[in-house]
Amino acid sequence: MTKPRIKLIPETPKAGDIIEVKTLITHVMETGNRKDADGNTVPRNIVKLFFATFGGREVFRAEMQPGIAANPYIAFHFKVPGPGELELTWVEDGGTKTIEKVAITVS
Amino acid sequence: MLVVASRRRFIAATLATAVTAVLAPFGAGLVPARAASAPPADFDGALKSILGAAQPVDGLVTLELPEIADNGNTVPFSVTVESAMTETDYIKAIHLLSTGNPQAVVATFYLSPASGVGKVAGRMRLAKTQDVVAVAELSDGRFAVGRRNVKVTIGGCGG
Repeated sequence: MTKPRIKLIPETPKAGDIIEVKTLITHVMETGNRKDADGNTVPRNIVKLFFATFGGREVFRAEMQPGIAANPYIAFHFKVPGPGELELTWVEDGGTKTIEKVAITVS
Repeated sequence: MLVVASRRRFIAATLATAVTAVLAPFGAGLVPARAASAPPADFDGALKSILGAAQPVDGLVTLELPEIADNGNTVPFSVTVESAMTETDYIKAIHLLSTGNPQAVVATFYLSPASGVGKVAGRMRLAKTQDVVAVAELSDGRFAVGRRNVKVTIGGCGG
């Protein structure tokens, strides 16, 4: 997994605002249904879990199956109580994690 | 054979009871219950595993999808569920299902009052022309269902 792309809308909210968090991570999301040229099943390899915490509290969680497209794009909303750190975690099959932290400042 | 069949039914019933008993404590907590294993692959089974005996209500769920998807490998979707999203009245989860993919459940999104609005968006695979179904799980135990048909020109999901 390469470095994910994260966009907050708006970037600098006011305390109590609901913001949209758009995320995109590069990943093949191999379904496990496909066969290679020799007829062997290509093993499943997907990002199975994505979750977001703010100030240590979980604000969003997505459990994904192979029906999610490659390079998973996920957009969710959350109410910003004040300044803090948004931590985003992607977990692959096999347990590899990608963690990104975004500092949120409020105007 | 009758003895064997009834023994199988007995074992199945015992297992079902045991699984329910093990899972029940998780349903009572604040954290939404999560399936310990993969959900049923077929649509009817997957829907039943989410709804249980509940009768879903219509009208709260808006499912946005293209009418025609040229490429089933990546189809944008968004699900919006009407809710005040307060501490006592909110959307706990949105289950996204497909009627014609090899695996019916596409994703499950867990929300909370901290979400502010009941809305998620992403991109899904569609193997062929089919219905996409979103099941919203409300904090009062009710379920709301939205459904959209998508015509797929080139199917996704590999194969």
